[in-house]
Amino acid sequence: MATTSQPAASLTGTKNHETVILVEDIHKYYELGETRVHALRGASVEIARGEFVTIMGASGSGKSTFMNILGCLDKPSDGRYLLEGVEVSSLSKKELAAIRNRKIGFVFQGFNLLSRTTALENVELPTLYARISKAEGEKRSREALALVGLADRVEHFPSQLSGGQQQRVAIARALVNRPSILLADEPTGNLDSRTSVEIMDVFQKLNDEGLTIVLVTHEPDIAQFAKRSIQFRDGKIRRDDWIQNRPVASEVIKNLPALED
Amino acid sequence: MDLLAIIRIAVRALARNKMRSVLTMLGIIIGVGAVIAMLGVGQGAQQTMQEQIQAMGSNLSFVGAGTVTRSGMHMGWGSTKSLIYDDMLAIMRECPAAHAAAPGSSTSGQVVFGNDNWATRLNGTEPQYFEIRSWPFMEGSAFTQNDVEMSANVAVIGETVRKNLFGATDPIGQTIRINNLPFRVTGVLVPKGTSAAMGDDQDDIILVPLTTLQKKITGQPWLRWIMVSAVSRQSSYAAQEQISALLRERHRIRAGDDPDFFVRNLADMADVADEAGRVMTLLLASIASVSLIVGGIGIMNIMLVSVTERTREIGLRMAIGATEGNVQQQFLIEAVVLSLMGGITGIIFGLGASYVITQTLGWPVKVSPLVIAVAVVFSMAVGVFFGFYPARKAAQLDPIEALRYE
Repeated sequence: MATTSQPAASLTGTKNHETVILVEDIHKYYELGETRVHALRGASVEIARGEFVTIMGASGSGKSTFMNILGCLDKPSDGRYLLEGVEVSSLSKKELAAIRNRKIGFVFQGFNLLSRTTALENVELPTLYARISKAEGEKRSREALALVGLADRVEHFPSQLSGGQQQRVAIARALVNRPSILLADEPTGNLDSRTSVEIMDVFQKLNDEGLTIVLVTHEPDIAQFAKRSIQFRDGKIRRDDWIQNRPVASEVIKNLPALED
Repeated sequence: MDLLAIIRIAVRALARNKMRSVLTMLGIIIGVGAVIAMLGVGQGAQQTMQEQIQAMGSNLSFVGAGTVTRSGMHMGWGSTKSLIYDDMLAIMRECPAAHAAAPGSSTSGQVVFGNDNWATRLNGTEPQYFEIRSWPFMEGSAFTQNDVEMSANVAVIGETVRKNLFGATDPIGQTIRINNLPFRVTGVLVPKGTSAAMGDDQDDIILVPLTTLQKKITGQPWLRWIMVSAVSRQSSYAAQEQISALLRERHRIRAGDDPDFFVRNLADMADVADEAGRVMTLLLASIASVSLIVGGIGIMNIMLVSVTERTREIGLRMAIGATEGNVQQQFLIEAVVLSLMGGITGIIFGLGASYVITQTLGWPVKVSPLVIAVAVVFSMAVGVFFGFYPARKAAQLDPIEALRYE
């Protein structure tokens, strides 16, 4: 178990501090018939470029709502959300779609790959909605697949790939439009422990290259691989810590016993 | 996102469920196929009618004795006793647009040859009738003007009469008995077949000299009709007017009164037949188009199922940057591709079916490129119309809910 310290102290040592996500006192209410559900009760957070943040919390803690707002799939009822300095809550649906397309990469628990569609075509999907030529889209997709170590699986269908490989395809898809942040919602939830660490290895390496990652998980040992941990409870941020002595996933894999079938 | 890419995606999505796509298309295939076949048959019939009327001679005018109803040629005409041989002579003398004329009178007759007998139409006329109607002989020849002057007992028979009375026997020179009078057969006419315009057998006929019919059979001096050929096709309307004016004067019909005769021009008849054919074609096509609508409902149904099944896919697409418009477009294009492919297959089937039908009936296949173009556009329209609601439904999904959908 890694030890933690307050983030404010460590931030002072960060060079070229550039804010990617700035959330100020956001609230979210849902009207469910008569009752009003208060899902977020004033959360504020600042995430700089190059950070690797995990968001933890029990179900109903507001972390999913928070992620949906970060991902521009939902708008806050109150408060401000600035993505790279752009006030997102005031944008139209069409503009939000463009932001999701270009600035945000999504990775889901269930992979959400299109069946009977090759890995390459799955990765190309976001490029179809961006103003990118077909040739450029394919080139980038191949690069993204190579980045996650699937250069030799380009023409495979999801049904021909293992769970870990499918999640790598999904990560490649999230990266293809070169987003500012990568949002991963329980990316290891459907994977065994070894594969989970492999996926975390991919995330760590991408983060090392400068990619900002926000990851939701409820597994504490997965959260360890990040740099910063935010905990939600009852719609508020309860803890916000820097993770000390975080393990390196590629080292962890070496010590894991190989799976016996 | 360019259209070609969307179409490619749509085709791929449809290919993922081949059986279902084909079955859905089947509705449109049957609908479009039925419409094309019905239009093909209808237009083929129309063309056949036109050809038969043309074959009668397009510069022909037909003067008939008093008609009871004015709209139908066949109903009750010939009931007045006012049209006479002198009218024909006057037409030839005074109407510059008239080129030739043949008088006629008709009755029905019982014909006997050996042990066989046959009831048929009996027409009295003059030899020029065969030229005016451009009706050639299969065997023998027409009776002569001399036969007319002598009121000779000679007859020309149609193919139906020949078949029923003579079978394999050569009829030329044989004696038949018409209403118990002996007649010598001088010629057999080339078969004209069933008239598509009027539906009667034109070959079920016997023609004898007018004088013979008037003096020996009916005992009446009146004419039932006069056939007039105009000097040219263009002058057939002029001929019609000249004849009409002349006969009104000769029969002392005051202005505003109904005449006791009628003059029809074959171009008119062609129009009437054309109109009848068009109505029939339209009727057949509108019945067939009902199945097209049923096919469209099938598309709508399957698209709704598809939207529900692919809720997660829709959520994903929205999450990675598809706008509502993109999603709507995708499903709309899918519906249109489905209906268009069905439409094109339907056209091929429809052409095949109309070919088979027209071959069986001996009519020419007639499917105009316009009909095919309309079918293509219409099947596309069906796709847009019935695909719109499911596509709208897909576009209005909430991406968060859609991604969570199991």
